[in-house]
Amino acid sequence: MVEHRPLSDFIAYAILTLGVFIVVFPVYLAFIASTHDAATVVGGHMPATPGTHTLENYYRAIFIGGSRTSREPVANMLINSFVSAIGIALGKIFISILSAYAVVYFRFPFRKTAFWIIFVTLMLPVEVRIYPTYKVVADLKLLDTYAGLILPLIASATGTLLFRQFFMTVPDELLEASRIDGAGPFRFFWDTLLPLSVTTMAALFVIQFIYGWNQYLWPLLITTKDSMQTIVIGIKKMLVATDELAEWQLAMATEVLAMLPPVAVVIFMQRLFVRGLVQTEK
Amino acid sequence: MEKSTVFNNRLLPYLLLFPQLVITVVFFYWPASQAIWQSFLREDAFGLVSEFVGFENYTGLFAQPEYYKSMLTTAIFSTLVALLSLSIALLFASQADKNLKAAGAYKTLMIWPYAVAPAVAGVLWFFMFQPSLGMLSRPLRGMGIDWNPLLNANHAMILVVMASVWKQISYNFLFFLAGLQSIPKSVIEASAIDGARPMRRFWTIVFPLLSPTTFFLLVVNIVYVFFDTFGIIDAVTGGGPAGATTTMVYKVYADGRLGGDLGGSAAQSVVLMVIVIALTAIQFRYVERKVQY
Repeated sequence: MVEHRPLSDFIAYAILTLGVFIVVFPVYLAFIASTHDAATVVGGHMPATPGTHTLENYYRAIFIGGSRTSREPVANMLINSFVSAIGIALGKIFISILSAYAVVYFRFPFRKTAFWIIFVTLMLPVEVRIYPTYKVVADLKLLDTYAGLILPLIASATGTLLFRQFFMTVPDELLEASRIDGAGPFRFFWDTLLPLSVTTMAALFVIQFIYGWNQYLWPLLITTKDSMQTIVIGIKKMLVATDELAEWQLAMATEVLAMLPPVAVVIFMQRLFVRGLVQTEK
Repeated sequence: MEKSTVFNNRLLPYLLLFPQLVITVVFFYWPASQAIWQSFLREDAFGLVSEFVGFENYTGLFAQPEYYKSMLTTAIFSTLVALLSLSIALLFASQADKNLKAAGAYKTLMIWPYAVAPAVAGVLWFFMFQPSLGMLSRPLRGMGIDWNPLLNANHAMILVVMASVWKQISYNFLFFLAGLQSIPKSVIEASAIDGARPMRRFWTIVFPLLSPTTFFLLVVNIVYVFFDTFGIIDAVTGGGPAGATTTMVYKVYADGRLGGDLGGSAAQSVVLMVIVIALTAIQFRYVERKVQY
């Protein structure tokens, strides 16, 4: 750096600490609320330190569910969220690595057309075509199924573009060498290209896992049974009942549980996450 | 850019493309074309008979005062969220770019809200500002403000803006930090030798050099506000009070679900598609220009 002045460093630390405070505070409050009993939270005079009902609240939220309405235990919602998030991430990696391989390593009629057909999907998120997509899924009898939660969300171009970009950086000599060794398209893909793509796949997996976990509008529309609901939808339904009577301590315990998996992914796989984020946006 | 060495199988590439193309056609092109087709139809109350009505759904849409209201709401909402989240993130990123010992830890602490679902973030903020039990509602009342986002349109808008900004800071922070770190230190040193103070250096050297990142983020943020904030709005206000936080995307959802006005909802979808395509086109023109640099 150009100059190193203690005052400038002090201001930087002060501003960044304020930033971290703003970022952490809402989550801290939610955690505190999840450790008190209902009366303390609803009373509006919640203390700023954890209470004594932590285990009770989380146990009830995870295994029993609320008492006022017929509500699902969160354990089931967590399973649904995990299945659909992992399904979306793996599904996207699977279909897009194959299509990118075809577009980069083969020459065939309509190659450009196929690429553009996939590419255009970048432009239209599921939100602008929700009702017709809903109808397609209903006609295919996929409402309230994992396939219905997963398949429409893996139809997008980001993965294909990411793998295409990566394959272009793989040196041509590798293909020439393995062809001299007598390798066909399957051998080359499996023995050479796939091992090289591991980091790219992992980065895409991290981003798509978070994307899948955090889906809201689509699962809201196509899950009618409580047993199929994901955790993000479940929280909303807990609060719809009536604001005053909602069991906030359970809802907040559910909030914490809903945040844990994707936030853990970002913190513990930070390098893959940053890499995936920067690459998918290009 | 093309590969010089390729395989020349005839059938295999089509088989490799097959899964993605099938999913794209079934869940993307087919519904999108249905949306366009439906926007020219009108269904009777039971959804049994539909007749072709030309542009009637569109003229009906643009005759609705509520539609202009949702456009205005979207414009105000996206301007506020984009401006606030970009400037706050730039402030934090420019501090984290200084050679601090704890810079890495601060970076980790700043970026994780990206992983919080919009609906979950909305509930967090609603909990803090819920009129009767919110921890931060009481001080507001103490200051003499009759705080109630459930009834007051401005309060509702402020709340969804805060939640949306909170969620978006991490993303903008990450990209601004990367942008700042890619600015050559020699340029900044040169201006320091010429006697420019840190503030002056920031506005005359750093900020202009950062403009590609800023422009990219502006487009991404507008797209974010259009689509990803749906969960925040639905969790915090449900589009209310009295439609004060009903954005264009929220209106597509609400009209199709409650009113069952599929033709009108489809016409709104088509208008949105045109807007997104325009935004994406702007983004790509910019990307092309950046490549030439």
